[in-house]
Parts: sequence; C-alpha cells; structure tokens
Amino acid sequence: MTTNFKIVKKLDRFTIDVTCGFDQGTLVVQGESGAGKTTLINCIAGLVMPDSGEIVIDGRTIFERSVSTDDNRSGKNPPARIDVPVRSRNLGYVFQHYVLFPNMTVWENIVYGIRNKAEYHDKTSSRELIGYADYIMETFGISHLKPKHPREISGGEKQRVALARAIVTQPKLLLLDEPFSALDRDTKEVVYEEFRTFKKNFRIPTILITHNEGESRMFGDSVIRMKEGRIIY
Amino acid sequence: MWEPIILSLKVAAIATAFAFVLGLFFAYFLNKKTIPGKNIWETLLILPMVLPPSVLGYVLLVAFGKRGFIGSFLLEKFDLQVVFTWVACVIAACVVSLPLMYQNAKAAFVSVDPVYEQAARTLGSGEVKIFFTVTLPLGWPGVISGIALTFARAMGEFGATLMLAGNIPHKTQTMSTAIYYAVQAGNDELANTLVLILTLFSFILIFVLNLWLKKKNYNTTYDNKL
Repeated sequence: MTTNFKIVKKLDRFTIDVTCGFDQGTLVVQGESGAGKTTLINCIAGLVMPDSGEIVIDGRTIFERSVSTDDNRSGKNPPARIDVPVRSRNLGYVFQHYVLFPNMTVWENIVYGIRNKAEYHDKTSSRELIGYADYIMETFGISHLKPKHPREISGGEKQRVALARAIVTQPKLLLLDEPFSALDRDTKEVVYEEFRTFKKNFRIPTILITHNEGESRMFGDSVIRMKEGRIIY
Repeated sequence: MWEPIILSLKVAAIATAFAFVLGLFFAYFLNKKTIPGKNIWETLLILPMVLPPSVLGYVLLVAFGKRGFIGSFLLEKFDLQVVFTWVACVIAACVVSLPLMYQNAKAAFVSVDPVYEQAARTLGSGEVKIFFTVTLPLGWPGVISGIALTFARAMGEFGATLMLAGNIPHKTQTMSTAIYYAVQAGNDELANTLVLILTLFSFILIFVLNLWLKKKNYNTTYDNKL
C-alpha cells in the first residue's frame, strides 16, 4: 500500500511545498511548532485545500490540482481536477487534543464513523462492524469506558479512545497530529508502549506528526523534518 | 378571561416553532457557511428588535394588507386574509421574536469549535448529519435559551400585534392586548389577574431555564477538554 503526495499551500509566512511518499509503516513528520506540519496533514485529510499538488493513497488519487501558467499569472488557481470530499477519503485522523464529541458516550464516539458507512445499513455487515468495534475496544483496554462521557475519563484514556475511533472504520491511512503532546510524562511512557504494540498488530500506514526527536526515533520507519513548509532532510 | 390566555399560548407556541426553524436556518448558514450579503441578511434579521413596534406593525400591515404584496398574493391564490385574524397575531409575534432566536442560535453555533465538525467529517459524516449530531447538540443550551426567550417575547407581544391583528375579543385578543384594554376600561381586577399570570409564567420559564442551563454545561472548545 503506497502513499504519495505533493502538496503546495501558500500560508501567511511561507509556502508549504512538500513531495513525499512511503510504502508501509509510519512516516514521521517532525518539526518545530509553526513549521506547517498540521496544515500538511489537513491537506491530506481534505480539511484544507492545497493550492496545487496530488495525493494518491493505495493507487487512488484523492486530490489533483495543477497550476496553469495563465492562472498563475493572474494569481488564481484552477479548480481541483479531483477533490474527493473529506468524508469519502477513508482516512483516520487523531487530532492533537483528541476532539472526542462531548455530547456522546465513549461507545457513541467509537461507532460514530461506523454508522456512516454504507455497509452499516445491511444487517449482517452492521453486526460485523459493531463486533469489530467491540474487538478494537477490547484490544485497547477501553471496553469498561463504553457508557462514560469524555469528561469522565483521563487523558491517556481519551488518547486510546481517539485512536480506536479513528481505526475502527478501517482507514487506508492514519493521520496522527501530535497524539502524545497533551499527556503527562508518566502517562506518555505507558501510551508509547501501547502505541508500539498497536503499530505491530495493526500495520496501518500512518503519518505521525511530532516536534519530539525521541518520538521520531521511536516510531518512524521513515522520517522527514520540516522547517517553514519545506523538507530539510 | 381564559380566551386571551389560551390564544396567547397558542400564538406563542406557533410563532416560536416558526422562529425556531427560521432562526436556526439563518444562524447556521450565515455563521457557518460563506454566504454573499451576510451583513445585509443579519441586519434585516435583527431590525425587528430595534424598530418601534408601531413601525413594525405598520410595515407588516402594508405587506399583509389586501393590497400588500404578500396579502394580495395570499388573497388571490389561496383566498386567505390574514389581517385581523389570529394568524396575524402569529406573524407579528414571530417577526418580533425572531431576532432573539437568531441571536441565541448564532451565539450557540459560533461557540461550537469547528474542530468537532472537522472530526465528524473525517469520520465520514455529511453536512446534514454533522448539523444534527454535532453542531446542534453542542449548541443546544444556547438554542434552548433562544426558544425560551422567543416564547416569552411572543407571549408578551403587544404593539405590532395590535396594528396587524387588532384587539377583537374572542378572535384576536391576546393577554397583552386584553391587559391594555382592561386598564383602559377600568377593569382592574381582570388587568391584575392577567398581569399576575403573565409575570408568573415568565418568571417560571426563566427560572427553570437557568436551572437547566447550570446542569447542562458542556465545554465546546476542545482546549478545555483535557
């Protein structure tokens, strides 16, 4: 399963211009705050529209927009040739602060994505999907949190719920935006270990964003370092 | 005495239902989407709050009168005359209270961090589902405030109602107009009773709302969730 992307996006202070690809495992995008890392994965997720570029995941182009010379002169970009809506990209996204829906229980958060799948409306498939959600919760050790609301659980538990919610839809690519940055040091150690196990067991191609050198070394099968929108190595 | 009370409740309930739908619709599209002429739409929505009731009543009378552009259309196409009927009470109450619904719904939707809607999008939701499962539930406390204030305002509507619907006993006489005419006619007993009922009703409504809001207090910015 190959992921390739070329993204150009003009920001206020600089322009993101990144071309990259990876086959399996985890690509770590490392860089200081404000290097354009989150904008980069938001472009991949479809939450931000790149000015130009191409995103191909597992052979499927989900975004393509070229810059024509004429349009470039006028400072305008042509409309995207391909721009698959966010909801149809089949990507898992764990936000920096997890963003669990506060009005729903942990279980409702977990199955939220499943309920959006077309297969969910088929009785047999929906049973399988729910069974898979149960399996994921068990694997992550969060089954006991099902009836609780996000405000009632700890930071580490929120992180696990957010990860479970993102992978339960069986995404083609997982995007993790600084998933450990909000945790205290003790919790981090536990979560690091869990993430190592997760990586080994699930083998979902992942782009992990971090500013932490140690996390890059720990989890990166390949690493790129960004500064002001560009890859510096 | 009971007729004005029942009519007021009926008018307020129907006006609130319309204001609820319109208020949510405009609050969502004007504040969550890019709409051309947003400022003009918003000014038009809030205008009834600042216009004198007599001006508003006059504008509605001109619009819904037999020769008005809406009135003539309704008469011609549906043989429907709204002026000086209870429907006119509903229209006046709805127009006057709509700004309250809009303002509260707007504040509620703006307070919902867009990152929740983004998260829902990444989980495969379309815009309609996001509205009903994320935006509206998270903004619910503000929307409920809007409903309560809209209802209270519609119950107490007087000026525009008087101009558009008049004060016809057993037909268009609401509590507010009944109080006014009871005072004019020196019927203090009726005026006092209606004033007491209206005040008590409004007090209970606001009191219960405040209690409920204290209980139901989500944080809708994700920074506070950690």
